[in-house]
Amino acid sequence: MQKPDLTIALAGNANVGKSVIFNQLTGLGQIIGNWPGKTVEKAEGLLVHHGKNIKVIDLPGIYSLSTYSQEELVSREYIAIGQPDVVVNVVDATVLERNLFFTLQLIEMQVPLVLAVNLVDIAKKKGFNINYQLLSEILGLPVVPTTATKGFGVHEIVDESLDLVNNKIKQNKLKIKYGSEIEKCIERLESELKQTDFGYPLRWTAIKLLEEDVEIMRIVQEKSPNIVDIAKDLCKEIEKIHKEPCATVISSERYATAARIVSETQTHEPPQKPSKGERLDALTMHGVWGYLVLFTIMLAILGFISFFGGWLTENLQILFEHFNPNMSGFWPELAWNGVMVGFYASLAVALGFILPFYMILGVLEDSGYLPKVAYLMDRPCHTMGLHGKACMPLLVAFGCNVPACAGCRIMETNRDRLIAIVLSTLVPCSARTVVILGLVGAFVGIQWAVALYIFDFMLIFFIGRLLNKILPGTSVGIIMEMPPYRTPSTKVVMKQAWVRFKPFLLTAIPLIILGSVIVEAMRLTNVLPMISDFLSPVTVVWLGLPAFTGFLFIFGILRKEAALVLLTIVAGTSDISSVMSPLQMVVFALVIMIYVPCIATIVAMVKETGWKHALEITVFEIGLAILIGGVAFRLLDPFL
Amino acid sequence: MSQEQVEEYLEAIYDIAGIKGKAKTTKIAERLKNAPASVTEVLQRMARQGLVKYEPYHGASLTKKGENIVIRIKRKHRLLEVFLEKVLHIPREHVHDQACKMEHVITDETEQALCKTLGVPTECPHGSPIPPCNIDVKSCNECLSTDTLIQELRKQKLTSITTLKPGQKGKVIFIRGGRNVVQRLCDLGLTNGTSVSLVREAPLKGPIEICVRGCKVVIGRGIADKIFIQIEGV
Repeated sequence: MQKPDLTIALAGNANVGKSVIFNQLTGLGQIIGNWPGKTVEKAEGLLVHHGKNIKVIDLPGIYSLSTYSQEELVSREYIAIGQPDVVVNVVDATVLERNLFFTLQLIEMQVPLVLAVNLVDIAKKKGFNINYQLLSEILGLPVVPTTATKGFGVHEIVDESLDLVNNKIKQNKLKIKYGSEIEKCIERLESELKQTDFGYPLRWTAIKLLEEDVEIMRIVQEKSPNIVDIAKDLCKEIEKIHKEPCATVISSERYATAARIVSETQTHEPPQKPSKGERLDALTMHGVWGYLVLFTIMLAILGFISFFGGWLTENLQILFEHFNPNMSGFWPELAWNGVMVGFYASLAVALGFILPFYMILGVLEDSGYLPKVAYLMDRPCHTMGLHGKACMPLLVAFGCNVPACAGCRIMETNRDRLIAIVLSTLVPCSARTVVILGLVGAFVGIQWAVALYIFDFMLIFFIGRLLNKILPGTSVGIIMEMPPYRTPSTKVVMKQAWVRFKPFLLTAIPLIILGSVIVEAMRLTNVLPMISDFLSPVTVVWLGLPAFTGFLFIFGILRKEAALVLLTIVAGTSDISSVMSPLQMVVFALVIMIYVPCIATIVAMVKETGWKHALEITVFEIGLAILIGGVAFRLLDPFL
Repeated sequence: MSQEQVEEYLEAIYDIAGIKGKAKTTKIAERLKNAPASVTEVLQRMARQGLVKYEPYHGASLTKKGENIVIRIKRKHRLLEVFLEKVLHIPREHVHDQACKMEHVITDETEQALCKTLGVPTECPHGSPIPPCNIDVKSCNECLSTDTLIQELRKQKLTSITTLKPGQKGKVIFIRGGRNVVQRLCDLGLTNGTSVSLVREAPLKGPIEICVRGCKVVIGRGIADKIFIQIEGV
């Protein structure tokens, strides 16, 4: 890859459209969604603009440059130490005041800055009128109004950035003045800090010391400990005058500056009647109706996918079996039963279950429904020692557990993160949905599939309670911005679904075909019974399943949806009800649902929690699945 | 009717129905282990004194006057619990019953001294928030740093943001809580003096949604209980 001519970093509050701008610029598929905390890691992309190679960095959304959360630390370190050539601060035109609070902090960091005022179309609808010219003059920065979802203004951002770098413009930014007592302290610290280079701008370092920023205090402590002591004394003095912590005083004054700028540059005529979004809020966040809506949505999704997936599977099979040459012998059978059946069965799974699921998830994410669920479920989550924010990664986990594990970073403490990750891996992802709906839903009855789901939710609830008891500490409460509803864009939803679906096409389908070839070969050479016999104490004796399921459990670690496809191949027929009883199907789906998530999730867990925890969770979940499966086999017998 | 009895009744109503709700006579009777008939009689008398609003068959709810008394009592009760556990090392299971009796007899002076001696605790041993005092100080530090207690009652009433009704507005006076939580709220725009309004609250003591600086923010009940505001307008 060529060395980029310059680097642009996108920074700003959560949920203002940084990732949308990033995607517009780079053409990449950074997952976007209308919920705060979705981008947890910085993403990189390349853009060629007027013959220049430009590297674009998408930073996680943050509200402040303090270091209270991982996202904040990631963003701040990148801005300070990564030294991008230009920082593009994306702000939400509808909540300008809170966004400018962050802009002021970037200005204090003395980075080359371009302000992109995004969502101007929505702001206009809501009656906001912004004088961009004046805003630019007051802040001393180039200001670009944008509507990123439609691509308006996106390239002007790059033009302004290039202009800044090419012409080596020295920005004459706004000087943010604090009260005289604070200014005195800043001056005092600046004179002390001058002698040593700490790698951060002087005034900013002084302010951060007064805010008692842990990270900066640590850095300064290493080189000149006495400055930290001076800063602490100064903080105490300010606390004495204002009767509140120095950091809060500084934030208040910063907010006062932001409010003043907004009052000068923005007029607001609130629309007469409540917006559609507000009326929708009143329904979907209602104490009774809100829960009903949530329940209905979940049920409708399950019902739809179950119906659609089943229909497609059946018809694809009929279609492909037309071409079955029905030849016998090792090679022809391997080719047809291994390759072709593997192919069309996994295609049915992909198009019938997984793609529609991702599209629905995309709609939910893009519309901004996820944070509403966090609000509704906050109280129930507390009984599991979590707060409502955990619902957002948990809902994502219905699609796939892997991004859910990373998404759990929005939880503030390590304890909450660990609980959320464990629970995420127990959420039936789209692959497990395939097994539940495609096997139990199709052959036993949809009510049993729903029962499995309900059982899984109860299990999640109890495991949550258990972890809450075992792990020391208590959860902090929820503090979360509530984004307004937005009409989901078809283009975004489609693209999102494609981005998530592509890895499935590229890795899962070949893997499943490979698996089915291996299974067919083993079946034809009679190796399969040997493996199955080895596992039969667990599968046959304890779980009461046919012996051939043993291999499926092992292969299921690679991809869980493979278990269903391979089941068809091992059984030698797609009418599974001829080889398994309804009870066996329920037990099989139950074990698949609970036992360790696929290998990709284990890798994600290792990354998020370390080897030890990942191993513990894996072993725990395998044990749990076998235990529950065996118990279910004995208890459910009279009913099925 | 003794002061103690009045206070016990007010507390019972508060425990059953909270500040805004109605407590049924039977529930109150159950809690206080009294006969429903005598409970009705006492409630009627308290209604005449303007401490409760009483409607036959619907039950009783607190008036502003009653609410003020209840909050004082709760504060004394929870401070006493902290005192009994932290200073006297009485087992946690026993502190509640003791505090229930003591809360009625300690003076305001004792209450303030307790608060100072215990280092301004924010929660009782069982985790319930201790309501703020009603002395005219800007923050707890002021009270701790001055030796003379300021007896003057505060002119404006402070209340937790969770007592607002949907649509009602207030101004942030102070926020208690851990450093991180306070800073987080501050970053989201909840600085002292900021005007906020309650948008809605989730059922069963779930989180609340507020509007601050033109932006909606959801805050968990535990945190919101410690955001103290002064109600603006009606």
